[in-house]
Amino acid sequence: MTLLLAWQPGETADWLRTSPLLGVLLTLGGYRVGRAVHARCGRHPATQPVLVAVVLVGAVLLATGTSYADYSRGGDLVAFLLGPATVALAVPLHRQAHHLRRLLLPLLVAIPLGVVLSIVLGYGVVRLLGGDDELATTMAPKAATTPVSIVLSADAGGIVALTAVLTIAVGIVSAVLGPWLLTLARVRHPHARGVAMGTVSHGIGTSRSLADDPEEGAFAGLAMGLTAFTTAVALPLLLRVL
Amino acid sequence: MPAMSRPPSPSPSSPPSRPGSVAFLDGLLQLVGAWLAGEVVVRTLGLPVPGAVVGMLGLLVVLQVRRPGPSSAVLHAADGLLAHLQLLFIPAGVGIVAVLAVVRAEALPLVGGLLVSWAVGLVVVGWVVALLLPRRRPDRGRGAS
Repeated sequence: MTLLLAWQPGETADWLRTSPLLGVLLTLGGYRVGRAVHARCGRHPATQPVLVAVVLVGAVLLATGTSYADYSRGGDLVAFLLGPATVALAVPLHRQAHHLRRLLLPLLVAIPLGVVLSIVLGYGVVRLLGGDDELATTMAPKAATTPVSIVLSADAGGIVALTAVLTIAVGIVSAVLGPWLLTLARVRHPHARGVAMGTVSHGIGTSRSLADDPEEGAFAGLAMGLTAFTTAVALPLLLRVL
Repeated sequence: MPAMSRPPSPSPSSPPSRPGSVAFLDGLLQLVGAWLAGEVVVRTLGLPVPGAVVGMLGLLVVLQVRRPGPSSAVLHAADGLLAHLQLLFIPAGVGIVAVLAVVRAEALPLVGGLLVSWAVGLVVVGWVVALLLPRRRPDRGRGAS
């Protein structure tokens, strides 16, 4: 006859290590703290919740000696929601769709141009500063949204995990500094600002634009989608030439 | 759950008697359904783009044709997800702990390549769109140039 109750902390710890639960909790908790810090700092752009959360979660993993693979069991569950969230970008776009017709020509010119600049300059500057072909290839797709950039990096022979990090990094840089740089460059029209943010910094730039101005955010979301398309088509062709 | 405020005369696509929780569920179903449809299209035709992006364009077409009212389920679900878009990028960013050695060893080319391509891309795209926009400005007083 077995007892109904038992004291087995070791088995519980083993279970926690292999369960996605802690990774999910850590991600949600880091994000919650990130939001709180952002609110506390008067929504200062340098305190983007994703930045605060990445630093916090990364520090916890390093401090506890947890591998990224172990964390990812939970992290992947959270990242899975990028699918419906990307589809959801249709909604802000739907609300601004009456502007689409006058933006057709600007979009058809500016997005391919932005994609080519992101790829060529990303690849070229890495090579110029002493990086090898693999490192430059890793940088090349980083303006496209994460699910796209990592697949393109894998196909082109880049370091996939590093491409993911660079994609997030350019998003964070842009969410923090993008609107400031655009104002410095005298780009004031919300449509132009949104398209620029979405083209170079995908969903993270889009989230900053959405927070600043719904109209700007809608076009950032559209530009993000079109950039994903265009990068997927242009990257293999450009890397053959570079 | 965000509080759902219903307008006095809801659109035909959202009956007033439907509880909010079910409306959120319906919205989520539409988003995931559009994603699935996008994946099927992309994989069947061998398109080099993510299924979610095709799902986004598909949902946009559906929304433009059906024009759901402001209380529509899919609009609520989408707004709820997009409010926390940054949450979904955290796991990929945390990947930096797995590539710290490369980042340290190659800091100069990585930081340089990232910043230059980002800044030039951002400014050039902003300028080109502003240049090619039809002269008529929205009456919001923002386009001074």
